[in-house]
Amino acid sequence: MNTPKNLKYSKTHEWVEFTGEGTAKVGLTDFAQQKMGKLVFVNLPMVGDELSPGEPFGDVESVKAVSDVISPVDGTVEEVNEDLLDAPGMINDDPYGTWLVKVSGVSSSDDLMTAEEYEAFCAEEE
Amino acid sequence: MKLLFEKSVTGRKSDYLPNCDVPVFELSSSLLREKDALLPELSENDLSRHYSALERRAYGVNNGFYPLGSCTMKYNPKINEKTAALPGFAEIHPLQPRSTVQGCIEVLSDMEKMLCEITGMDAMTFQPAAGAHGEFTGMLLIKKYHEKRGEGKIRTKVIIPDSSHGTNPATAVMCGMTVISIPSGSDGCVDLEKLREAVGGDTAGLMLTNPNTLGIFDRNILEITKIVHDAGGLCYYDGANLNAVMGVIRPGDMGFDCVHLNLHKTFATPHGGGGPGSGAVGCKAFLAPYLPKPQTVCDDGRFSFKTDCPDSIGKVKAFYGNFAVMVRAFTYVLTLGCEGIPEAAEHAVLSANYLKKRLSEKYTMAFDGICMHEFVMTLEKEAKEKNVSALDIAKALLDRGIHPPTMYFPLIVHEALMAEPTETEGKETLDEAADIFLAVYDEAMKDPEKMHLMPLNTPVQRPDEVEAARSPRLRWKPDVQ
Amino acid sequence: MRHYISITEAQKKEMLDAIGLHSAAEMYADAPSELIRKSALDIPRGMSELETLRAVEAIAAKNKVFPTIFRGAGAYRHYIPAIVPAVVSKETFVTAYTPYQSEISQGILQSIFEYQTMICELTGMDVSNASVYDGATAAAEAAAMCRDRKRTKTLISAAANPDVIETVKTYCWGANAEVSLIPSKDGVTDMDALRGMLDETVACVYIAQPNYYGMLEDAAAIGQTVHGAGAKFVMGVNPIAAALLKTPAECGADVAVGEGQPLGMPLSFGGPYLGFMAATAAMMRKLPGRIVGETTDSEGNRAFVLTLQAREQHIRREKASSNICSNEALCAMTAAVYMAAMGPDGMKDVAVQCLSKAHYMASAISSVKGFSLRRKGEFFHEFVTECPIEPDKVMSALEEKGILGGLPLADGGILWCATEMNTKSEIDSLVNILREVSSK
Repeated sequence: MNTPKNLKYSKTHEWVEFTGEGTAKVGLTDFAQQKMGKLVFVNLPMVGDELSPGEPFGDVESVKAVSDVISPVDGTVEEVNEDLLDAPGMINDDPYGTWLVKVSGVSSSDDLMTAEEYEAFCAEEE
Repeated sequence: MKLLFEKSVTGRKSDYLPNCDVPVFELSSSLLREKDALLPELSENDLSRHYSALERRAYGVNNGFYPLGSCTMKYNPKINEKTAALPGFAEIHPLQPRSTVQGCIEVLSDMEKMLCEITGMDAMTFQPAAGAHGEFTGMLLIKKYHEKRGEGKIRTKVIIPDSSHGTNPATAVMCGMTVISIPSGSDGCVDLEKLREAVGGDTAGLMLTNPNTLGIFDRNILEITKIVHDAGGLCYYDGANLNAVMGVIRPGDMGFDCVHLNLHKTFATPHGGGGPGSGAVGCKAFLAPYLPKPQTVCDDGRFSFKTDCPDSIGKVKAFYGNFAVMVRAFTYVLTLGCEGIPEAAEHAVLSANYLKKRLSEKYTMAFDGICMHEFVMTLEKEAKEKNVSALDIAKALLDRGIHPPTMYFPLIVHEALMAEPTETEGKETLDEAADIFLAVYDEAMKDPEKMHLMPLNTPVQRPDEVEAARSPRLRWKPDVQ
Repeated sequence: MRHYISITEAQKKEMLDAIGLHSAAEMYADAPSELIRKSALDIPRGMSELETLRAVEAIAAKNKVFPTIFRGAGAYRHYIPAIVPAVVSKETFVTAYTPYQSEISQGILQSIFEYQTMICELTGMDVSNASVYDGATAAAEAAAMCRDRKRTKTLISAAANPDVIETVKTYCWGANAEVSLIPSKDGVTDMDALRGMLDETVACVYIAQPNYYGMLEDAAAIGQTVHGAGAKFVMGVNPIAAALLKTPAECGADVAVGEGQPLGMPLSFGGPYLGFMAATAAMMRKLPGRIVGETTDSEGNRAFVLTLQAREQHIRREKASSNICSNEALCAMTAAVYMAAMGPDGMKDVAVQCLSKAHYMASAISSVKGFSLRRKGEFFHEFVTECPIEPDKVMSALEEKGILGGLPLADGGILWCATEMNTKSEIDSLVNILREVSSK
């Protein structure tokens, strides 16, 4: 598993990149995209939406399933990745290089894991 | 195969109508559409051939075995088509004066009596056009009940087992309620402890089907309905699985307060490629005032409609429901009668158990023992060890000319295949089908890779559903010149 | 063979042996014994096919089939070409299930794709679904599509069909959403009143074209007003009129809905009918119900599949916007066959004949004293007249001659309808009877 060390991970398979001064990027992990299969659509929140740790802020669809995306942090949605509306498969092709939302005003987060802890967590889930 | 539009040739006209025999009236041009609708122009011969070609690319109950679990694909008697097409039903305008539609209201009234007897209910409406529509109607009755008692804002939770059909939770939300999903026990039945934990002063009701979606009759049903009633909630019966128990066990006796029936499943009306159906809803007397309007009244042989129903939930559809579908079901119930109804149920259960026994030779069953009218197999082990999934088995069956069982439902069983043979299959058909299922299993174990390529003998092979969802093309477009 | 069961007594025994049971009753061992019925159902005994046919025919004979119909009000008698019932009674189309297994259902999927295309053409909209139950539920589902977190109120014209209004009210009550009636003025939606009702809580506005009373609404102007207030515009249309009138797309509709019964379905005492729903590309993912899409298979052949299924209840469950599962598939096919048989010229011709005969009839009826036309203004194939005597007396006189007259309204008026089925001589006879019965 190639789990980037600079990211933090949630139990519900989202990654967070803290980008300084209370900002962060959120995306889905390789485990998540593999489980879902080829994604066909992404339902993103609106800019300005408030996030809460542990609460869903959107969802991703494959042909036969839907899965909530759970926010690992609090804050306000600054930007959503609009490219995903036309090309949801980017998440499958490059899960760690594809962010879903950029968040500002981050002050708290759920219990997050390091890359090592997350790899161990995934091994148990299998 | 070409589309109608691709077979169209400009200049073909039809002559179904005589010329207009009154002066042609012209509306002012500002009211008219700018571009004509681009509809195909075909001769009747070509149109007829087109649909015959489409028919050859479809599969109905008349083509072969159709063991779709939860759908009850029983034989659709042709006499029902004849009665539904009688001019005395087909040519009747829904807003004709009462005295001229006594026969129509009689059908509604008689059917109400007979289905109430079969289900143990006191009143029935035929307004819902499908099972899900019936669920919506039934849950609205429950919503109204709590509202009338001043608890409409408190009792907003609906308890639904995780094995339920997707329409159940979707219905609860359409009724402004939230879903409490309770996990099923290890035997697939309702976990009584979890149910006791879930009920409370905020319980609007429970939605349940029995036998459940695993094909098992929940023996604790009387306790289940009592728990919900004791907490002040009502019990809703999803009648999709009634074919196992009709005439033998009644939902009303199990403790349910309202039910919906799928006339297009249990009562043999045809599926039509996805509809029309009919979702009759029955209820106990205390809920009857809330039924949609109008309600039928039978007064000493004279039939009429009551529109003055102040407590009615309103209407869930225009007019009275899918009447022609009801005529088919009515004809079926008259044909079977008091002996035929339970006989059909018993034979449905017999067929399922026999097929289950035969398939148990190779297939792993989700639950052992006697099943009701349907049973669930699981390919979980095969998927892990040999990379053969439920989907692969289903696609291989297509190559052998059998419609596969329902795939991936219920959600609580992994790699599920749910089979429901129904009572209208002979033993020879069941044996032939079983042989094919077993042969497919052997083939899959020998050569798992080959399974992923199937079906090979069908007009198309494994359409790209990902592409269809990512870049939807939902209509034909003429080529841009 | 007893009532469609082909298992013989001998086979039954073999099967029970294989399962390891002695009697069929043992199969219900899981159920509490007190639930098992001991006595026969209190319904009549079963019958042979001939007896059943006679019994049902006797009931059908108690209904009166009117040779001449001048009543619409939501259900219309049009000419159904013989090819239509011939196609939709083909056994495989009738007995097939929903086309979830696409490889063996290409015929059904293609027919739905063709239907979706025709509805888009008729309404001018970008996408259509594969049908919902009827025009009334289509309106209710459209209202649900337009609701979001901030805007949840539905405004519906008082000039719409009362059954549509009632159904929308019931669905909105179910969803705990507000609905209000926009008053009508001079037989059409009151634009001033509408403007006064539009605020930031309104999700959508629904009008019907033509409306329940046959009148033509200024749909484009209503659409503009509605959009100006940030709400969505839902337009209900009569599919026969749609071949002639400005389309919902041309009027700026976000969702177009309607009752498809006039497209080849018999009156059948109210059902099964057909709800069509079409929307702009932007609203595509909010459409409820099944949708068929085009794709390619592993060999590169054109193939059709049910698509965008992640909207639906079997995947989204409690997060689905609608619970709809079964629809009116065979009725949608009926509509497609009708539209293909009539072709673009035929569809226009039906519309022109309905329009013309209704105007001829309106002119003729209103020449009889006391039967004046209630409204000035454009109408399609229905119109309201006053009635100088008890409407029931008029209806009885007509009934004696095998004529179903217009619908008596609660306020004493009569809602008349003419279609291509009504000949000039039928209309002339009608007028004579009205003259006669009102002069007594």
